[in-house]
Amino acid sequence: MNQHLKNEGLSVDLAGLKLANPTMLASGILGLSAESLSSIVDGGAGAVVTKSVGLKPRRGYPNPTVVQVDCGLVNAVGLPNPGISEFVKEIQEAKKTFDVPIVVSVYGFSAEEYASVAERAVEAGADAVELNVSCPHVKETGLEIGQNPKVLAEVVGKVKNAVKKPVFVKLSPNVTDISEVAAVSVKAGADAVTAVNTVKAMVIDTETATPILSNRTGGLSGPAVKPVAVRCVYEIYETVKVPIIGCGGVTDWRDAVELLLAGASAVQIGTAVALKGPRVFKEVTRGVSAYLKRKGFKSVSEIVGLSHRK
Amino acid sequence: MKLSAYLIANNRLRTTRILSIENESPTVKRFTFKDKLCSEAKPGQFLMLWIPRVDEIPLSILNTEKTGIVSVIVKKVGEATESLHKKKADDIIGVRGPFGNSFTIEKGNVLMVGGGTGLAPLTFLARSLTSETSKISFVIGAKTRSELLFVDELRELCRKTNGRFIATTEDGSYGVKGLATKPLEKLLKKERFNMIYTCGPEKMMRKVFDLAEKYRVPLEASLERLMRCAIGLCGSCVIGRYRVCRDGPVFTGKQLEEVKEEFGFSKRDFDGKIIALE
Repeated sequence: MNQHLKNEGLSVDLAGLKLANPTMLASGILGLSAESLSSIVDGGAGAVVTKSVGLKPRRGYPNPTVVQVDCGLVNAVGLPNPGISEFVKEIQEAKKTFDVPIVVSVYGFSAEEYASVAERAVEAGADAVELNVSCPHVKETGLEIGQNPKVLAEVVGKVKNAVKKPVFVKLSPNVTDISEVAAVSVKAGADAVTAVNTVKAMVIDTETATPILSNRTGGLSGPAVKPVAVRCVYEIYETVKVPIIGCGGVTDWRDAVELLLAGASAVQIGTAVALKGPRVFKEVTRGVSAYLKRKGFKSVSEIVGLSHRK
Repeated sequence: MKLSAYLIANNRLRTTRILSIENESPTVKRFTFKDKLCSEAKPGQFLMLWIPRVDEIPLSILNTEKTGIVSVIVKKVGEATESLHKKKADDIIGVRGPFGNSFTIEKGNVLMVGGGTGLAPLTFLARSLTSETSKISFVIGAKTRSELLFVDELRELCRKTNGRFIATTEDGSYGVKGLATKPLEKLLKKERFNMIYTCGPEKMMRKVFDLAEKYRVPLEASLERLMRCAIGLCGSCVIGRYRVCRDGPVFTGKQLEEVKEEFGFSKRDFDGKIIALE
């Protein structure tokens, strides 16, 4: 790695999780095999988040599962994963292959399932877990949990009791007041929150009058959602004291800096991997580093939430 | 211009009407339609074909014309392909692509080894190589005579370039009885090739790979995996560190060497679990 990427000023502490730089792989992208995660690490990511894993295997939805729109992608892949019993092998393999933190994204159909999957992920070597309470396209999990404060608190509480590693909660923008959901998560024990998951969306083909995704609705990602993510991070920063991980449309360093200024301590990158490949992480980190230098800041932490000053 | 730069090239879904459907064998049909972007595809690239309300499947491109015409072949293997086989000319389909890399153009003495519908990208490649003064030989295989594809055209193409043409059938109803790999070793012993191109069932390609290594002939193989996004994001098609949709579908012998634990043996299922190849 280039010398300036090892720069101390770029390192980030996320609730005890040490990242060499503020870029992370967002959940859902290439995250089901140790080898693909390893290629993302080689691309310069400061941490990686796996695809969401549940208690039992899931095949996901039939195609079409990903459709491109003017400034982003709409997807309803449907949480395909081999189940935690199988996935522990990939976590163990990943731990052997690279030393950047690996965060396992977890979903469940009950608080007990979330806790049990999280526990096994941590036993296998996960450095943290990120609770998917925001997937907009699978019934009875994800968003359906994140939209219900009582159930959300129960899920976060049970997971916190089950694991000793940091617990992140990934929030949905598809709620009336995201800062309230963040507050509920933190009160229940969340060590950090990730904002945001995809925005619930739909695409209809005009020639056949047919919704394109087999699931009909899906989640919008990419540049289209960045302003939504910036607003969400900004609002959450005013409400809770735990670190925020910004996620949504980060394609270049300017997007990353914008989220940091809004209050994020680190940023996740997903959709842009399709555009730029795994090197997007190095590229963004270099850009952030150059920005800090140009503006006279010594560390990333100096600009976190800077736009809130009155 | 960030927004326009953001759009992933060729990934926008377009709808088009099927121009014609022809039978290539009892189980394989050829579909022809108009799509400007895919008509600029290189041999080895693939497209995603949307069957409205049913599925979206990856297909190798068989032929392109300057007028924007594209054709693909589809074998009836499951629900999606069955529904595609029931379509008629003028029905609407959707297209994304072309995606992936392409075969490199080798101007010397080349050998193509194809099985089943794996002949689509090889035929596309062979047609575009004929003007490059290459010598082209083919070994093609199928279960039975009626399933052998493009026999007349490929035989003629080989004859024109002074190459050899060998057809094999598993039941012996035509040509050499056995798998396509059977006459291969004899051929490699006799003749020095500058490149082997292969596409077909992965177990066949694995044997071709092993023989190419043994006789030290450069190899390019076009792989198939479960595909969803086709743009290198979802991870459905990974083999080792490679994404078949983005880093492939064409891989060199050297790259296949890196994934030889998986190549010809296993793939990832819809749930991401590693399963044995049939």
